[in-house]
Amino acid sequence: MRELRIHGRGGQGSVTAAELIAVAAFESGVYSQAFPAFGVERRGAPVQAFVRFSDSKIRLRSQVYEPDYVIVQDSTLIKDVNVFQGLKKGGIAIINTEKAPDNLPEDVRVLTLDATKIALEVLGVPITNTTLIGAFAAASGEIELDALEKALRQRFAGSLADKNVAASRRAYDGIGGGA
Amino acid sequence: MLQITEGSHAVAEIAKFCRPQVVAAYPITPQTHIVEALADMVANCELDAEYITVESEFSALSACLGASAAGSRVYSATTSQGLALMFEVCFNVAGMRQPIVMSIVNRSLGAPLSIWNDQQDSISLRDSGWLQFYAEDNQEATDLHMIAYKVAEDHDVLLPAFVCFDGFILSHTYEPVDMPSQEEVDAYLPAFTPYHRLDAKDPISMGMYATPDYYMEFRYELERAMQRSIDVIKRAGAEFAEQFGRDYSALVESYRLDDAEIAFIAMGSICGTVKDAIDEMRDAGKKVGLAKIRTYRPFPTEELTRALAGVSTVAVLDKNISLGSGGAVGTEVKAMLAGSGITVLDYIIALGGRDVRKRDIAAIVDLADKGVGDMFYGLRTEVL
Repeated sequence: MRELRIHGRGGQGSVTAAELIAVAAFESGVYSQAFPAFGVERRGAPVQAFVRFSDSKIRLRSQVYEPDYVIVQDSTLIKDVNVFQGLKKGGIAIINTEKAPDNLPEDVRVLTLDATKIALEVLGVPITNTTLIGAFAAASGEIELDALEKALRQRFAGSLADKNVAASRRAYDGIGGGA
Repeated sequence: MLQITEGSHAVAEIAKFCRPQVVAAYPITPQTHIVEALADMVANCELDAEYITVESEFSALSACLGASAAGSRVYSATTSQGLALMFEVCFNVAGMRQPIVMSIVNRSLGAPLSIWNDQQDSISLRDSGWLQFYAEDNQEATDLHMIAYKVAEDHDVLLPAFVCFDGFILSHTYEPVDMPSQEEVDAYLPAFTPYHRLDAKDPISMGMYATPDYYMEFRYELERAMQRSIDVIKRAGAEFAEQFGRDYSALVESYRLDDAEIAFIAMGSICGTVKDAIDEMRDAGKKVGLAKIRTYRPFPTEELTRALAGVSTVAVLDKNISLGSGGAVGTEVKAMLAGSGITVLDYIIALGGRDVRKRDIAAIVDLADKGVGDMFYGLRTEVL
């Protein structure tokens, strides 16, 4: 079983990101489970959401403490929250930032991208969740690009779906997906 | 068809497929997604039902009671303080033998205010005469609604039913659920045939007052119906297994209990985490198992006693506390196993949404090994 923890701020769509990833993973042919850290969500407050991936039915219900993957939607969280806590050796952290943060942990793979820039250019709003899912798909190999597109088109309608698909593809290509 | 969906949406979908004619509910976290979805379904003409909007849970269940007495299949959903506000009506629904099915999205009770999960809400209604089913995952939550209607409406039972599933932990989780089609649900669950109903052409009265000459007999009949429901649940579960391949013919699910020395007893979503922890402990040579209670009312005394034969210690995980006594399930298990020689230890756990990890389950086995129990597990002593 592999586990993902998403860090964001209330309003950035971290819970939606977890749900989209779980749907895409299911469409890719594995068992998946997505759930939020059940907080009293306030816009701007640190929030977490989780996804599990497994080849068999998932029974475990605890929160994720030792993730294989971490997504950080907002790099300013790093000074408030230990986003790398428990990240497994060899695990992958995907961080939305203009420049690589200092003091990154060793023994993990840190990938940075300016998802806000991509989101602003493609979507016209600084909502980075679908862009970061594209990066996650490329870096982790947990979800297939076609399955992600299907999940996005289930969730969003019309041109909004097109834009979110485009944003996720741009991040996917930027991270070197399919390579 | 296997699909991935949020627990609340799976429950709303199966509620729709059960073809309720009347839905009355009042939104409350974490039940809201269910009743929002049902309101949409009625508005979109996907569900041919009367959706009664009300100003409180008391009115919601009162409207349900009237609709059920008039001969309709009725659905509602609530949680926590909402269920507490229904307390009086719950006893009336059972006393008038109306087979209403209500989803309980389990949540703790205030004060202090908490929106998070434990099972204090439904446990506190244990004496109300409602059947109580508990689901481990969203598949079971979905399936148990069909079974609940079938059992509740059986003329040998005629009791209302709670289908309980853990708030947030299941209700807000996306996971795969094998959702039956409308045709499959229709094949399993026939239309509601009321035993008696309010009819202006053939008037009867329900919920009359009973003098001391009659009251006890009404309560006795309720208890008899509860006892008869055991066989009806087994039969409905077996029929379900035959049609859908998932077996709910037992009121208690045994997990790795053969040769177990320590057995857990638990209800709801915690059972999944317990099973994973048991697999790890078994790999390390610990003889541990689980008796999962699916039906808390009627209490499965006979099945549970049989499942636990041979174990030396039972560790009961109670997501509730009967203040001044102990965990509600633990207390009953102690009474049930009195004189058996089996040690029963109770652990109050996960109140108000405190997370439970596999290592907590392993730690409880260590405590049980030493005979340490009848305690709150996982207290933050530094804040006491």
